[in-house]
Amino acid sequence: MTALSSRDWGSLALCAIALIIAACLPLSSGAYNLTIGVTIAMYTVLATSWALFSGPTHYISLATAAFFGVGAYVTGIGIQHLPYWTLLPIAGVIGAVMAALVGLATLRLSGVYFVIFTLGLAEFVRQAITWIQNISGTKGIYVLTQITEAHIYWQLLGLAALVWLLGWLIGRSRLGFALRIIGEDEQVARHSGINTARAKILLFMVPGAVAAITGAILAPRYVYLEPALAFTPMLSFQVVIMALLGGTGRLWGPLVGVIPFTFLWEGISASFPNQTTLLLGVCFLVIVYLLPKGFVGLVDAARRRMRNSEGFA
Amino acid sequence: MDVLITGLLLGGTYALIAMGLNLQYGMARIMNLANGEMLVTGGFVAFWFWTGSQISPLLTVFLVAPAAFALNWLIYVIFLGPLVKRARSRGQLEVDAILTTFGLSFVAVGLMLAFFGGDYFSYSYLSTPIQIFGDTYGANRVAAFVSAVLICGALLLWLARSRAGMTIRAISVAPDSARLVGIDVRRTAALAFALGGAVTATGGALISTFLTLDASTGVIFTLKALVIVIMGGVGDVRGTIVAALLLGLLETFVARMIDPGLTLAAAYLLFVVILLFRPQGLFGRPTT
Repeated sequence: MTALSSRDWGSLALCAIALIIAACLPLSSGAYNLTIGVTIAMYTVLATSWALFSGPTHYISLATAAFFGVGAYVTGIGIQHLPYWTLLPIAGVIGAVMAALVGLATLRLSGVYFVIFTLGLAEFVRQAITWIQNISGTKGIYVLTQITEAHIYWQLLGLAALVWLLGWLIGRSRLGFALRIIGEDEQVARHSGINTARAKILLFMVPGAVAAITGAILAPRYVYLEPALAFTPMLSFQVVIMALLGGTGRLWGPLVGVIPFTFLWEGISASFPNQTTLLLGVCFLVIVYLLPKGFVGLVDAARRRMRNSEGFA
Repeated sequence: MDVLITGLLLGGTYALIAMGLNLQYGMARIMNLANGEMLVTGGFVAFWFWTGSQISPLLTVFLVAPAAFALNWLIYVIFLGPLVKRARSRGQLEVDAILTTFGLSFVAVGLMLAFFGGDYFSYSYLSTPIQIFGDTYGANRVAAFVSAVLICGALLLWLARSRAGMTIRAISVAPDSARLVGIDVRRTAALAFALGGAVTATGGALISTFLTLDASTGVIFTLKALVIVIMGGVGDVRGTIVAALLLGLLETFVARMIDPGLTLAAAYLLFVVILLFRPQGLFGRPTT
């Protein structure tokens, strides 16, 4: 680790100020804005942690919904027995362990296996929980707490700060360096003595834990929890699109994708509720053919062009 | 016995679907996650012709197959060809293909929802009982199985004997060397992709005679077909057939003995076992 330069301190301070401003939202605005704020905060956390893993490794994870649902169930079941604050770390640990197991099974193999495996994971857990409920005769779970929308918002904001901090620390660590090499060329990484499977599994535990904690935080918002709601597969795809739309090359990239996409999604689902699937599909195609590096790539290209034109003038 | 035969009947139809995906992934090297939507489309067309003008699904197949062939050819030329051209490595092509075909599958689901709505659709065709070894089965399942066996057999023969089949196998085994002996790899890949789509749509038309489908069930069939293809070994046609029969048996067994809601979970567990112990497929040799 190298010492922080004054520029690093500057950007850290800037981030802190931005977070404080964002934290004032519940104090100043109405219920609708707060709902949008919670949605944006939730997707920011999910997409940023997703990009931490998938950005450098190029593995597309579709397991977000599975981790999220498990986290929501941790709160749903645990709230009757344990104090709320212990549930978030428990959800995080369970998510991380699940991610490690998934990683052990698939991350030694090629990327396609990983995609298929994570695609099926949410459906698998959903079917398993539905089956257990059928056997035990319970249907859904009521999550009744004193937690308000503003509390959820602040918790998510704190989690987002934690994710950014973690991403920044990983970027400066040996693990981050190893991952950049893996992303460039896995063969080279293996030849220079990096245990590629271990690095990938370790990193995959981050989005696993974060998504589970997010699910645990958001469970009180649902009030009534059932498998079809907690494990909605759409969530995984939305997270992938937002992160790729913003760009996974930078820590702030996913945020740039989350904000416009959330408004677009809200607008479309308000006026054409049946066309959200079509929207998802079109977004995927736009990303592949028009924005392969996301908005971040656009910004970088514009910056490069500006620098070049200055150089020639 | 009852479970065994029902499982084999189901597995035969699965073999046809998985064969379609294997042509696309094993031969044309495109991981097509919109495969299940092609199946549902085939099912929709069969449903339409049967309820609209009482045309037998077994005849509709002759219309579905060429139409799906043309459609998949267009998809390959318009969407996937440019990706193959710009990809610098196999890994990048895989990521691009996965994202694109996900996009296409969502667009397909969205269009189907818009035009047909989200209702389940099923029709009763040939739902007369047939006696096999003292137990009774739906004639539609048997008819679907027999057609699937015929189509699979014809496909196997074509792949093994004909010149076009040989070029397809050649690009599957060694795409770079295939070019050296004068095979137009991109044209042949497009052919394999289109053929795979046609086979899958045919499977969809057959499966719709005895299963209930709706606009968004495609992804479940995609998953099952993927599990079968990986279990059988990518590009291995014989392995695919064996794996499909195994999956059919396992699903029928789980549905009968434990809970019908767990069939996908069973397929998924099988997938985990395969990944852990034989990631190269049932008959595959370990690669270095």
